[in-house]
Amino acid sequence: MPDGKEWKMMGQKKKTKAKVVCQAEIADGIFDMWMETELAQTARAGQFLCIYPQNGKTLLPRPISICEADKEQGRLRIVYRVAGQGTAEFSRYHVNRTVDLLGNLGNGFPLEAAAGKKVFLIGGGIGIPPMLQLAKELAQEGEAANVSVIAGYRDCRLFLKEDLERYAKVYVATEDGSAGTKGTVLDAIAENGLEADAVMACGPMPMLRAVKRYAKEKGIEAYISLEERMACGVGACLGCVCKTVGKDAHSHVHNARICTDGPVFLAEDVDI
Amino acid sequence: MNTKVSIAGVEFKNPVMTASGTFGSGMEYSEFVDLNRLGAVVTKGVANVPWEGNPTPRVAETYGGMLNAIGLQNPGIDVLLERDLPFLEQYDTRVIVNVCGKTVGDYLETVERLGDTKADMLEINVSCPNVKEGAIAFGQKADSLYEITAAVKKKAKQPIIMKLSPNVTDITEMARAAEAAGADALSMINTLTGMKIDVHKRKFVLANRTGGLSGPAVKPVAVRMVYQTAQAVKIPIIGMGGIANAEDALEFLLAGATAVAVGAMNFVNPYTTVEVVEGLEEYMERYGVEDIRSLIGGVEEVK
Repeated sequence: MPDGKEWKMMGQKKKTKAKVVCQAEIADGIFDMWMETELAQTARAGQFLCIYPQNGKTLLPRPISICEADKEQGRLRIVYRVAGQGTAEFSRYHVNRTVDLLGNLGNGFPLEAAAGKKVFLIGGGIGIPPMLQLAKELAQEGEAANVSVIAGYRDCRLFLKEDLERYAKVYVATEDGSAGTKGTVLDAIAENGLEADAVMACGPMPMLRAVKRYAKEKGIEAYISLEERMACGVGACLGCVCKTVGKDAHSHVHNARICTDGPVFLAEDVDI
Repeated sequence: MNTKVSIAGVEFKNPVMTASGTFGSGMEYSEFVDLNRLGAVVTKGVANVPWEGNPTPRVAETYGGMLNAIGLQNPGIDVLLERDLPFLEQYDTRVIVNVCGKTVGDYLETVERLGDTKADMLEINVSCPNVKEGAIAFGQKADSLYEITAAVKKKAKQPIIMKLSPNVTDITEMARAAEAAGADALSMINTLTGMKIDVHKRKFVLANRTGGLSGPAVKPVAVRMVYQTAQAVKIPIIGMGGIANAEDALEFLLAGATAVAVGAMNFVNPYTTVEVVEGLEEYMERYGVEDIRSLIGGVEEVK
């Protein structure tokens, strides 16, 4: 990560008000919301939004990944799990409700790393949503030779599967075996005899660790999207760091800021 | 209308500053805020060498506030001198460098390195509750505070601000010790030590178990301590603790603070600092206040 990387996004971050276009629960506790916002114009796959609860009791924003951007209509889509009072509040937002958000934050997935390659997009649980925008960008402007999505779910509520199929072939793994391969995303890769030259992934830490090991064994690059409890979302508070293998160019210690230096990292650069 | 205030001979265009640790070195928030509008930028604490800080999770949300246990992660004085100070020098604002250390020697080394820089003042962090060595160890006993203040004052080329901890029995005793040792100003309050437990996992939310509480939840405590301290010492006070808007800032000024700093609320609204600057001007216009200095300690005492 070169010094001065933070300048790349200069002037694109802002706190703004969006308007809810529609919202629906698409699986148990998983909500799908479209918002009208000018941030849609510049959003990139793998970036995230900080959304502020308005209840007055809680102050800090909730970092939520961008699931899809519709530039023509100026809309952003998030698909999120209700995990606490903040996300519970968001889930009750009706059409036309104003949403306070800060965006677009973080660096997205590097499309150029997929050029000419067979690529796996691996999403686990609530890590699946950012794979949709990534699949879309790779299909529309990327130069990947081939893109396969491997999505890991708890059960047969296969949220976003049909959306993903618009852009790539989708393979499914479920914990309970009720759809696709019973087991993990790596079990699905093995069962279907799939191979790739690069991996881009988002999901729970055990999955990301397994993806990192898998990529190392195969000698291929893996880009993984990390999460951590955040406060500022813009790189100032140093709350959301992850351990890095080398000394980070900004911090000069073995910590990188997930919000600003990530959330997408080359797996071999981070100590997870 | 005069919004200028002066602390230890340093003039600030207005009394609004950033609280150390909440604003990086200004670079991150310069995307949101015109730093030229601020009275001063107070940088994240810096030590003589880089510090890794604490494990994650480092932050947690609480009712009306937040806990942090960053552990003073910082890139060290070399990087501050090479990268952060030159960045801040581009702006027409005062620069206050916050200094932390594990030993008195650490503090002195950093203070000495800052001597020939354009930093306008130094803020000495003797009140971070999240590191095992140094910091708060110097800020909870009056004699230790006296010693480190006197040692730093002897070495420093800039005026020094001692940042006080609220985690003491009597903050005025600490304030008097710092003043007696030669401190040019005080800043207060640092965070209040707190704890949060996740009842579902039955675990501490913060990896460090305890963290510093900040945000609007602490404001009444901070205002009270600023008021008490202003009665006890003659040196100026920079007041902070949960300031979210101009009204909050005015409470601190009326309680006796010469300047104020915005901390955790930067995370909630990145434009807070400038909104406070504008709100203070509106207040002055509304009430016909010609000079902001007339508000300092201006709360009416019952006779």
